[in-house]
Amino acid sequence: MRVSLFIPCFVDQLTPRVGLATAQVLRDLGHDVEFREAQTCCGQPSYNSGHWDVARAGALRALDVFRGAEVVVGPSASCVAMMRKFYPELLAGHPRLAEAKDLAARTFEFGEFLVRKLGIEDVGAKLDAKVTYHDGCHGLRELGLREEPRRLLRAVRGLSLVESEEAETCCGFGGMFSVKFPMISTAMAQVKCDALVRSGADLVVSSDPSCLLQIGGYLTREGKAIRTLHLAEVLAAR
Amino acid sequence: MSSAREDILGRIREALRLPAPKPHLKAGSDKPGRAWLPEAGETQVDRLGVLAENLTKLRAQLVRVPDLAAAKAALTELARSKGWKRLAYHAHPDTAACTDGLPCEVWSVDQNFDKHHLESCDVGLTSCEAIVAQTGSILVSSATNGGRALSILPHVHVVIGRADQVVGDLTDAFALMRSRHGDRLPSMLSFITGPSRTGDIERILVLGAHGPKELVLILVG
Amino acid sequence: MSQPHDQFLADATNATADAPQRDFLRKALGGYYNSRDTQKARYRDWEHARDAAALAKWNAVNRLDRTLTTFAANFERNGGKVHWARDGAEARAIISQICREAGAKAVIKSKCMTTEEIHLNDALEAEGYGVVESDLGEFIQQLRKEPPFHFVFPCMHLKREAISDLFTKHLGTAATDSPEELTMIARRHLRQLYVDADVGISGANFLVAETGQVSITENEGNARLTCALPRVHIALAGIEKVIDKLDDLAVLLPMLATAGAGQPMTCYNTLYAGPRQPGEPDGPTEFHVVLLDNKRTALLADPEQRDALHCIRCGACLNVCPIFKNIGGFAYGTTYQGPIGSVLTPHLRGLKSWNHLSGASSLCGACTEACPVRIDLHHHLLHNRRNAALAHASWFDRIFHGAFGWVIARPRLFALGGRIFRQTLPLLRRLPLPYLTTWLRTRDLPEPPVRSFRDEWKGSKR
Repeated sequence: MRVSLFIPCFVDQLTPRVGLATAQVLRDLGHDVEFREAQTCCGQPSYNSGHWDVARAGALRALDVFRGAEVVVGPSASCVAMMRKFYPELLAGHPRLAEAKDLAARTFEFGEFLVRKLGIEDVGAKLDAKVTYHDGCHGLRELGLREEPRRLLRAVRGLSLVESEEAETCCGFGGMFSVKFPMISTAMAQVKCDALVRSGADLVVSSDPSCLLQIGGYLTREGKAIRTLHLAEVLAAR
Repeated sequence: MSSAREDILGRIREALRLPAPKPHLKAGSDKPGRAWLPEAGETQVDRLGVLAENLTKLRAQLVRVPDLAAAKAALTELARSKGWKRLAYHAHPDTAACTDGLPCEVWSVDQNFDKHHLESCDVGLTSCEAIVAQTGSILVSSATNGGRALSILPHVHVVIGRADQVVGDLTDAFALMRSRHGDRLPSMLSFITGPSRTGDIERILVLGAHGPKELVLILVG
Repeated sequence: MSQPHDQFLADATNATADAPQRDFLRKALGGYYNSRDTQKARYRDWEHARDAAALAKWNAVNRLDRTLTTFAANFERNGGKVHWARDGAEARAIISQICREAGAKAVIKSKCMTTEEIHLNDALEAEGYGVVESDLGEFIQQLRKEPPFHFVFPCMHLKREAISDLFTKHLGTAATDSPEELTMIARRHLRQLYVDADVGISGANFLVAETGQVSITENEGNARLTCALPRVHIALAGIEKVIDKLDDLAVLLPMLATAGAGQPMTCYNTLYAGPRQPGEPDGPTEFHVVLLDNKRTALLADPEQRDALHCIRCGACLNVCPIFKNIGGFAYGTTYQGPIGSVLTPHLRGLKSWNHLSGASSLCGACTEACPVRIDLHHHLLHNRRNAALAHASWFDRIFHGAFGWVIARPRLFALGGRIFRQTLPLLRRLPLPYLTTWLRTRDLPEPPVRSFRDEWKGSKR
C-alpha cells in the first residue's frame, strides 16, 4: 500500500522522532510511505476554541493535501479524530462534504491501521521495559481504541505490560484548556502521573503525542524517573 | 395580555418549528426498552428466586409462609422478639387476619387517621398491590394499602404479600395498576425497594434515613 | 473577562490547591464506579437501554407543547391544579400565594434543584415562613448556609467530623464520628417537622403526560413524608421533565438509579396523581404543580443542543468528570454543576458571562459516555464555545486564531515559524509570554529538536 503520512503539527516541530518511527515501522512492513509537504495542521486548536471558520479553512486545505491518497495514517488519535469525526461536522451543508466523508473513510490512527486494517499485531519490535499504557481520550472515546494498542505492545519482545489506575482518566491536556485553565490541567496531570508512577512501570506509552507532551512535561518537572514514549517509537525499537 | 401558559406554549411551538436530529442510537432495535433491563425470571419460580436474591441485597427481610395463619404466627413472633409496642395497620383481608392477639397495641388508620398517633407507632403493617421481581420492589398505593403515611412514617414497615402478587418487571406492575384501577388511579403509587437509606455522609450506606429502618415482607404461598 | 469567569478562576485555583480534599472527593466517588459497573453488567444490554431512554425523552421534548398540555389536562382531571411560570419571579410568587392562601406557617421541602435555581427558600423565609430541607444532605447544607455541592449528593465534600460539629452547634447534640448516629440525629429532629408542616414542596423527576402523574425518586423517604403529611403539596418542575407514557418509566427509573448511584433501583419511586381521593385515609387535600420555563424554551429553540433538555438529573456526568473531581461543585458558582451544568448555564444565565464553564473542559468525553439518555454533552461544550467565539470573541483571540489560520495555510511559512520557535525557545522561555509562560509554570517542554520532521524527511529524501 502507499501510505500517506499525516504528521501532527507539533510532532513535526517538537517530537519528529514519533513521525520517523511511524514511517520506519510502515516501511519495514513493506509499504510505500509518502509525506505530502503541503500539510501543516489539522486545525483542531481553532476548532476547540470555537473559531470554526479557521478550522473549516484548515479542513478544506486538508482535503486538497490528501486528495487521491490511498490511505492516510497519523500517529495521533486526536488529530485523526479531528479529520474523521469533526471535518464532516465542520463541513455539514458544504459542497465538499462528500469529499470529507471520503477522506474520513481512508484515514486511520497508526495503531488502529496496523491492527484493524493490516491485521498485524507483531511488527518485530524488541524493547526491554515495564510499560503502562495511557488511553488518550480521543483514541478511546472518539475512535473506540482500547484493545488495539495493548495487543501491539504485548507482542513486543521483552516488554511487560501493566495496567495503571486511572488508565482511562483524562491527562488534562485538552489543547488550549491546558493553558487557559492551567490549575485544573495541572491537577489532572498530577492525578494521572501519580497513578502512572504507582503502577511500577518504567515507561508510559500513549498513541497521543499531545497527551505525552502533558504527561512527560509534568513528570520531568516533578523529577520522576518514569519516562514517556509514543507507541510508534516502541514499535520501531529493535 | 396573554397568560403565562399561552406565552410558554407559544414559545415552545415557535422553538419546535426547527427539527432536532434524533439521538445517535448505538444499537438500533425495535424491541421496547424493557427487553434490555436485568433478568426478571421467566417462570414464577424463577421470579421468586430473583426476588429473594434482590431482597437480600437490599437488606429487606423476606419471611416465606404457607398461609395466612402462618403469616400471623410469623408476625406475632417478630412483635415478640423485637419488643414492638404499637402497631398501626389498615383493614384488608391480608392484614386483618394477622392483627388478632399480637403482643402489642394495634391501631387501624382507616376510621380516624391521626398523624400524631401514627408518628408514635413502631410498626406500620400493610398489604401491597404487587411485588416486582426484577427490582425487588414492593408496590403500595394510597387507595388499597392504608393511605400514604402508613408505609413510610413508622420505623418498621411489614408487608403481607402473596406469592401470586409477584410480577416480573415494572411494566407488568403498571399494567396491573391500570387494569385494577382503570381511570381512577390511586393518588399515590409507590415502589418501595428496600428499607430507607442514605449515602449522604461520606458516601457510606446508612439505613433508616427518614423512612422505615426495617422492611419485612411476609410472603404467603 | 466576566465577573463569574474571574471568580471561577480564583475558586478553581483554591480548590485545586487543596490536595487532601481532591483526594477525598476522588475516593468518595471511587465506590460509585464499582457499583455502577456491577449493576450495568446485569442489564441484558445497557447500550440498547440507553437508546430506549434517549428516544423516550426525545419524543417527549420534541413534541413538548402537546406532551405538556396532555400532562396538564390529565393532572387537573385527577384533581390537582396546574400553574405556569415564565421565570423564577413568577414561580416564587405563585408558590408564595399558595402558601398564603393555605394559611401556612411551616414549610417542609424534599430535594428540588429547581427551587435552588429560583432561590425559593430565601424568598419564602423573607416572607416569614419557616422552611426546612428534609433530604439529609440538603438539611446539612441548609444549616451550613451553603448551596448543594453536587446535585445528587449535596454534602459529599464534608467529612463526618464537620457534620458532627454542625449538629452540635445547631441542634445541641453530642459529638459522634458515626455516620449512622449522625443520620439518626437528623431523623429524630425532622420527624416532628414533617408532622407539623402545613405545606410540602417537592420537585419532580418526571411528569407523565399519559396519566397526569408526578414521579418522584429518592432513597431516604423524606419526599414520601413531605408529600403525605402536610395538607398542601406543591411540586415545582421544569417544563422539560415530561415524558409521554407511564411505561417509559420502566426504563427511565432503573437507569436513573444505575447511572446516578450504581443502584438497581432507588429506594422510593412514587407516582402522585392528584390530592387525596375519596376513600383514602390521608394525604394532602391540595396538590399543585408549578411548571417553570426560565429560559428552557430558549434552549428548546436551539435544535443542535435541544437534547440537553433530556437530562434526567442523574448526576452520572458529574461522577465521572475529572474537572468536577478536581475543582468540586462550588467552583462552578451556579445551581447546576459538572458537565450538564457547563452545557446548560450559558443558555439559562447568559453566554457572555458563563461560557468559561464550557471552556473549562478538556473534552475528554467521559460525560457523554456516562449519560443514560445519550446527551452529546462534550460536543455541546464545543458548540457553546463556537457560539461564544461568533458573538463575543476577544480581539486577542481573533488575532491569534486569524494569525494561526494564516500560517497553517502557508506550509513554508509554517516551517519557518516552527524553526524560529525551536531556535528561540531557550530565550522565549524566560519572557512573560501568553500561554508559553503559563505552561512552563508547572510543566517542562521537550528539548526542541534541531531538525523538524519535514527537515529530516527532506534530508533523507525517499
